[in-house]
Amino acid sequence: MSTTSKTLTLPAPLPLDGGGELARVEIAYETYGALNADRSNAILLCHALTGDQYVASPHPITGKPGWWERMVGPGKPIDTDRFHVICPNVIGSCMGSTGPASEASDGQPYAMRFPVITIRDMVRAHGGLLDALGIETLHAVVGGSMGGMQALSLAANWPERAERVLVIASTSRHSAQNIGFHELGRQAVMADPRWNQGDYYTGEAPDSGLAVARMAAHITYLSEEALTEKFGRNLQDREAKTFGFDADFQVESYLRYQGSGFTQRFDANSYLYITRAMDYFDLAEEHGGKLANAFAGTQARFCLVSFDSDWLYPTAESRHVVHALNAAGAAVSFVELSAPHGHDSFLLDVPALDRVIRGFLR
Amino acid sequence: MSIRPDLAVIAGHVTPGSRVLDIGCGDGALMIALREKDCDVRGIEIDGDCVERCVSQGLSVVQGDADRDLADYPDKGFDYAILSQTLQTAARPDRMLDELLRVGTRAFVSFPNFAHWRTRAALLFGGRMPVTRAIPVSWYATQNIHHVTVKDFRDLAKEKGARIEREWFFAGERPLGRAGANGRAEFAVFELSR
Repeated sequence: MSTTSKTLTLPAPLPLDGGGELARVEIAYETYGALNADRSNAILLCHALTGDQYVASPHPITGKPGWWERMVGPGKPIDTDRFHVICPNVIGSCMGSTGPASEASDGQPYAMRFPVITIRDMVRAHGGLLDALGIETLHAVVGGSMGGMQALSLAANWPERAERVLVIASTSRHSAQNIGFHELGRQAVMADPRWNQGDYYTGEAPDSGLAVARMAAHITYLSEEALTEKFGRNLQDREAKTFGFDADFQVESYLRYQGSGFTQRFDANSYLYITRAMDYFDLAEEHGGKLANAFAGTQARFCLVSFDSDWLYPTAESRHVVHALNAAGAAVSFVELSAPHGHDSFLLDVPALDRVIRGFLR
Repeated sequence: MSIRPDLAVIAGHVTPGSRVLDIGCGDGALMIALREKDCDVRGIEIDGDCVERCVSQGLSVVQGDADRDLADYPDKGFDYAILSQTLQTAARPDRMLDELLRVGTRAFVSFPNFAHWRTRAALLFGGRMPVTRAIPVSWYATQNIHHVTVKDFRDLAKEKGARIEREWFFAGERPLGRAGANGRAEFAVFELSR
């Protein structure tokens, strides 16, 4: 699959929800498929917390296939023979868009001087990218998990921008449990002495803390059923328990591997900033406390998908959005799909999801 | 595609270009027929597989329980609210009728008529809950928890202050007149307003 890896500098400073603005914002993005002559076939694809722009091309660090290779490509549900797919890296991230590891005006990394950003700030930056690319109206905005939050935020704040809004395994607000798990991850990073108040770019990174954060988060992306199915109480390369604290169990070994692998490709400060943005997300709060107000008068068609085994953003959260869209008179589809993999189901082999996405985007 | 006669009647009598809510839309056959008449059609369906089939055909369908979820829809948000072969499955058909006429300016309701002679005969001579062409599932497995007759429905409409605008009756695929419909019709379709 051919890709074009590009970086665009926004022509103006980016105003931020927290006050002030971010100067010299760079957006790294990938595109797939050709833009048609009247610029009407663009799909904005928004990635999740630790995702990136490499949706259907190999990751430059890990070399692994794109994170939604099964969904995006020629003839696939998000068909790049028909659509021009744009996947930007969110601001605050570490894969090319401006984030805490980027240079500030003094030539040093921002580190914790980077402003706290919101989901809406990320989407505002996406809007700047689309403006620069000359794309006024999107055929669709699509996202799972945090990507779904961006899709909802775009629909609520820039209602003219997208004709279709596809939100998978997501929510209109972070729950106490969601915030709790994120706080656990942040505290794990900050408790690592190498974090050094975020100032570690010239020395060793807080990999231990970030790995623990990832291990905890990874559990929330799966289901008990999936973990039991995959690992049960199986031991890792040994016949018996060692009566020590090595990774005796396969699940321990797996999580340690996931944790350390993550530190190879992700910046700890970015993890702090992006989880914070998600915690601050509450679409109703932004619109006078009533979620239906966020979608008043919208002409876009919506589709929400949840998974029955997802306890991180459970079906009730999608229903909550659907109820608000119904109250606003919006055209909305919603389906709860059955899949065993928990929150991560949206990334995995769920043929019903392929059919829903293909049908909704057509 | 040929569609069920009650759906064909409804599709034939909805004004083109209307806003329509199809409650219990099943696999979306009526919605597709209405889409071809340039209607803005939304559906509610409880069965996930049906919803998936609808959405994959580009229809706007929400998986949900009409008994509970209709409350989220604004007053008179639709020109028509349609309840086909679903009234008899509602927890409270009387409240469902109220909700139909709240969300829609007009409503279409279709249902299997329990007073059809074949149903009566099955009960009278067989002494068992009828399993007929119109009511094909055994009493213990059927979703039809509130069987209703043409006369019952007319009474309910009156009680609810709903005006019966038009009515249609069928034996199988065959349309019937109004005379003796309570005994002769397997299915009935009513158009209501309030």
